[in-house]
Amino acid sequence: MEIPYTVTARPDTGLWNAKVGIWLFLASEVMLFGGLFSAYVFLRLDADPGAWPHGLLNVPVGTMNTAILIVSSVTVVMAWASLKMRRFRAYWWYMLVTILCGVIFLGVKLIYEWPQKFEHFGAFIKKDALEKYEPYLGNHHLAEKGLPPRTEISGHLHNHEALHDENVKEYEIALDPVNADPANPAMDRPHFLYIPPTEKVAKIEKADVEYANMFLPKHSAYFASYFTITGLHGLHVLAGVIVFTYLWLPVGTKLYKRNPEHLANRVEVAGLFWHFVDLIWIYVFALFYLL
Amino acid sequence: MNETHDSLAAETAPADEHAAHDVAKHIRGYLMVGATLLTFTAITVFLSYVNFGTQKANIAVAMLVATFKACLVAAIFMHLSSEKRMIYRILIFTFFFVFGLFWLTYLAWYDPITR
Repeated sequence: MEIPYTVTARPDTGLWNAKVGIWLFLASEVMLFGGLFSAYVFLRLDADPGAWPHGLLNVPVGTMNTAILIVSSVTVVMAWASLKMRRFRAYWWYMLVTILCGVIFLGVKLIYEWPQKFEHFGAFIKKDALEKYEPYLGNHHLAEKGLPPRTEISGHLHNHEALHDENVKEYEIALDPVNADPANPAMDRPHFLYIPPTEKVAKIEKADVEYANMFLPKHSAYFASYFTITGLHGLHVLAGVIVFTYLWLPVGTKLYKRNPEHLANRVEVAGLFWHFVDLIWIYVFALFYLL
Repeated sequence: MNETHDSLAAETAPADEHAAHDVAKHIRGYLMVGATLLTFTAITVFLSYVNFGTQKANIAVAMLVATFKACLVAAIFMHLSSEKRMIYRILIFTFFFVFGLFWLTYLAWYDPITR
């Protein structure tokens, strides 16, 4: 049986099926991400002064990934426009660029950004021991300037066995620049360029530590929400790449030969989903990387 | 529910000369929007290193720029600037519920009942 309105619009609504379908789906997606963003707002407002981390993510890399998604949004709309103008060759190239952009975005996330976090370590110091670690925290300097205090010392962990072995009594950390030189006014605000941990090593007694872990979801509310939201967003990018690849493969060519308008409609619907994923990233980038 | 005859015809007509020309007209616009989005990405990164006095002010500025970018994507790339009435109806419901969700978040935080 032929399904009606896959290519032509229904006379009463002026819409073909998939257009209504994708918008209903996107409406549910708005609520899905809305719930997560609302959780983020709760966690962030509930954080103690100075406890919500700033500058832990690599801003130039995040900016590059944002630009990649924007470029892919342009190329997917150009792919659709090319089909409408019956320029299949152009469509094929625009679609290829879109797919590559999606793959690069995911690659940067999974090969560079996330693993770099997993290698990083942070220890939250107990309140009564803050003074002892003042050379790494610089809270006197921050108090003079009216800035919220630091409670965490972070960097690369030298003795990983300290995470599990109860007989190891201290953590050895190659300090992040902010803890290596905490009273330097240049460290008051996050840097644009990522600076790797220094050579300076600090020993922190476990007895003075409230909580310590690698930069994993359980490290803090910040990383829990970061990994949840960027993870779900990454799954959406992956889904988009899979759908685009399907439409780009010979299956798409066959459909184009049979009914070019049908392929154009499919690309439009997949494109709407892709733009939505781009739209979510615009907020993710601002909330997690910049604020 | 009746659409104007013109817009319906444009939707249903097979891609003839007229439809192709219609799309071609918009291509420059798509490229311009892409360039604007890239520019505003650079602007929002720059503004995040400017101290607006309070953290709240910085958040407000960043959210304003992000919302402007999101509106551009929705209006131009997602064709919401000229969509059929049924799509708008779906979205009005969506925004009603999203607004409700964030309003509840706000109420929970500022707690106007027990305060």
